[in-house]
Amino acid sequence: MNLIPNSTLKNAILKEMGLENIEELFSDIPKKIRINNLDLPKGLTQQDAEQHLRKIANKNKSFNNLPSFLGGGIKPHYIPSIVKSITSRSEFYTAYTPYQSEASQGFLQAMFEYQSMIAELTGMDIANASLYDGETALGEAALMCSRINRRNSFIIPQNISSDKISILKNYTKGADIKIKEISYDKKTGKIDIEKLKKNIDKDTSGVYIENPNYFGIFEDDIEKISKIVKEAGSLLVVGIDPISLGIIKSPGSYNADIVIGEGRSLGNPIDFGGSTLGIFACKKMFLRQLPGRVIGITKDKDNKRAFCMALQTREQHIRRGKATSNICTNEGLCALATLVYLSWLGSNGLEELSKINFEKGQKLAKKIESIEGFKKVFTGVHFNEFVIKCPTNASIINNEMLHHGVQGGLILDQLHPELMNCMLFGISEIHSDEDIEKLVTCLKEASHV
Amino acid sequence: MYRSAVFNEPLIKELGTSVKRDDKKIKSLDILPDSLRRKEKLNLPNIDETQIVRHFLRLSQMNYGIDTGVYPLGSCTMKYNPKICEEIARWDNFSNIHPCQDVSTCQGNLQIIFELERMLCELTGMDYFSLQPAAGAQGEFLGMLLTRAYYENKNDKKRNEVILPDTAHGTNPSSVTMAGYKLIEIPSTKDGTVDLNILEKILSEKTACFMLTNPNTLGIFESDILEISKLVHDAGALLYYDGANMNAIMGKARPGDMGFDIVHLNLHKTFATPHGGGGPGSGPVGVKTKLEKFLPVPRIGKTKKGFIIDYDAPDSIGKIKSFYGNFSVILKAYIYILLMGGNGLKESSEIAVLNSNYMKKKLLDSGKYDMPFKELRKHEFVLSCEKLKQKKEIRAFDIAKRLLDYGFHPPTIYFPLIVKEALMIEPTESESKEDLDRYINALIKIADEKPEIIKNAPNNTSVKCVDEVGATKNPVLTWNMI
Repeated sequence: MNLIPNSTLKNAILKEMGLENIEELFSDIPKKIRINNLDLPKGLTQQDAEQHLRKIANKNKSFNNLPSFLGGGIKPHYIPSIVKSITSRSEFYTAYTPYQSEASQGFLQAMFEYQSMIAELTGMDIANASLYDGETALGEAALMCSRINRRNSFIIPQNISSDKISILKNYTKGADIKIKEISYDKKTGKIDIEKLKKNIDKDTSGVYIENPNYFGIFEDDIEKISKIVKEAGSLLVVGIDPISLGIIKSPGSYNADIVIGEGRSLGNPIDFGGSTLGIFACKKMFLRQLPGRVIGITKDKDNKRAFCMALQTREQHIRRGKATSNICTNEGLCALATLVYLSWLGSNGLEELSKINFEKGQKLAKKIESIEGFKKVFTGVHFNEFVIKCPTNASIINNEMLHHGVQGGLILDQLHPELMNCMLFGISEIHSDEDIEKLVTCLKEASHV
Repeated sequence: MYRSAVFNEPLIKELGTSVKRDDKKIKSLDILPDSLRRKEKLNLPNIDETQIVRHFLRLSQMNYGIDTGVYPLGSCTMKYNPKICEEIARWDNFSNIHPCQDVSTCQGNLQIIFELERMLCELTGMDYFSLQPAAGAQGEFLGMLLTRAYYENKNDKKRNEVILPDTAHGTNPSSVTMAGYKLIEIPSTKDGTVDLNILEKILSEKTACFMLTNPNTLGIFESDILEISKLVHDAGALLYYDGANMNAIMGKARPGDMGFDIVHLNLHKTFATPHGGGGPGSGPVGVKTKLEKFLPVPRIGKTKKGFIIDYDAPDSIGKIKSFYGNFSVILKAYIYILLMGGNGLKESSEIAVLNSNYMKKKLLDSGKYDMPFKELRKHEFVLSCEKLKQKKEIRAFDIAKRLLDYGFHPPTIYFPLIVKEALMIEPTESESKEDLDRYINALIKIADEKPEIIKNAPNNTSVKCVDEVGATKNPVLTWNMI
């Protein structure tokens, strides 16, 4: 194996160039900072590398060997083989950003189709060709709201993930946007509408709600929330779980202005939390303020339909310091996987998948609640995640379950002190009845230890 | 002669059958409040698997990747992406791991992160790394947030300016303003390098940071780097390294030794992970010890009991990306470094620089193109087509399109902005001499072609010259807008 074709021709090429030594090409680097070697191991053959990696991989336990019920907005979902088959086409995955339209029609058309499907799913007019993840998409949304209405305060409820809040604050710091956090209703787990009314004012650029939220609870008073936001002249930003949108109404139908979300669940492996896919969709009237790349339809010289990057004057490679965002590399291949996945499901498949996730969520919650001492914390209707209060120390329960080969829910008390000994459980179509039985049995036993 | 596949491939929507919405109620859905229920039809096409596969296969055949042929995009480092990295990254025990699993069940993945951080430290001469940023631009943005945190921590409130040269990548100024800094761009010297006199004049107690790419986007190594470093640090500012061009100097010199305080790398450039048609990428950020405490959480640590996920960092800026970054990309870069080893990486840089200078020499010897600024280049060089423009109104754009007819991906064009009609060429170490020669010959031949032939290009791609202005004038971004 040789990954450097000209390594054997080095001297011949140097000679042809009239040079004696490769060092002549590095003569512009001051001697004082030159190094001769890197303190890194010698290269491995592919076979040895594979063996080495096998040893490292064996230190992990995948959820196929360790049934996992972790919530927290990231759960495994089934990925049909067709997705891997298409995204493994190296014409796609070894291509750069499609700056040269004529050589990139395949990827460009795919991204146009992706944008169309995301717009359809969210009920919005337009979508971009992806951002990094759902978290940074919220940051970009908050920045966009301020660009649109020149207001400088953005409201978020505390029933979203603390990571998301941290990322949002980092994204908005430079623009001097004030992030106002409002507490959630401790009984239902939903946004506290009275608090929203009290906090929203003429400085509020936008309001973010998540549906379902971090605790898995649906915000069902969305029409009311939407009205409050609009009456204050603010913009409504909605975070989605795309898999719920088979049965849940789209944010577009309740007048959302910007829709964001994590799209990884649509056809991408869980990959220890990344690669991710930032979904970003909005109303057409905000087109010029959109962050990130967007693909449009146009014509070629012969009047044939063609695709290319559109509205590039918003982007950093043209607008530099005045761009709508600094993003360049996005999550193109993850967007392609999502497009193939949604094509494979179709509307029928997504509705079915959505129902299954909803039903499994209800079923698992009921099963856990049937164990003595375990109780759902919030009364709001939930999707495929929910919070359970444990009768004893949640960490001890999880450790005990691990010994029996089950990964329990996500323990919340570190980031949400108000949720002492609570776990966020998550389930999806990949969990079998056998997995669920195993969890229930382990929970019963573990709570008695 | 190269020919791209030409399909008049319909939109996937046009392939779909309209299946009647399945309205049968499922019992448990009764508890779903009516105010939440989707009532509008979900208009996604329902298509047979065979049709879907054919659709995407045809699309793939209308796309050019590094596996198709030479792809010498300047500043993009389009090197070959080893297949073994793709395969291993998909292993069940690497990819099907939840980021919040108990640490005892993901020691392997934590080891990859921990060890890659150490490897990148050795490569760059930095003290600590964070692999959280998802791309180079996000790395830059993190760098600016770290800069802010550093001065806030020192209670130094005056420093609100960031300086960068006019050769900087577009993401640099954009990241600077996004982080809330005032941007100052300084002109380069006649050599195409940083003007020390101007820099010295502009540096002040208001300067937070100077951002530099080295070698810069002209492919020129900033030989005055030690003087630059001294000027910047004497002014109390930080020095930032844009690592997009790291492929030029691995095993030869390290940004940490040059005096840089913050560094970002692009794993999807220098470390051979695929660009994926625009991502996912990874833009790790390295810092010197004085900035360590501000790095994003969590940090991956190593104890006697094994690897740990550490959130205990009170001065940390918090997070900029979910979980630990794009782990799948991190893993592929780790495998690549294992395959190459220290010597292999050094050789990569040597041959990347050799290939670039070989192409540069041959093209300049042909007399068809000019190259403003200093002669010696590193892994990339920037030609000007200005002569052709004067002579027969042939622009960089036209040359790029004509190269497609020869079966080559064009170089980056019109960047950096200080070169007129720029062709920015970065061949990387992945190309053979035969391919370099073919590319050189194509460029020389094109220069002698009749203008009408060049202006008519491309002819062998799936579509002819695309009207990009039209796409922006009348934006059609979804099929519902058609």
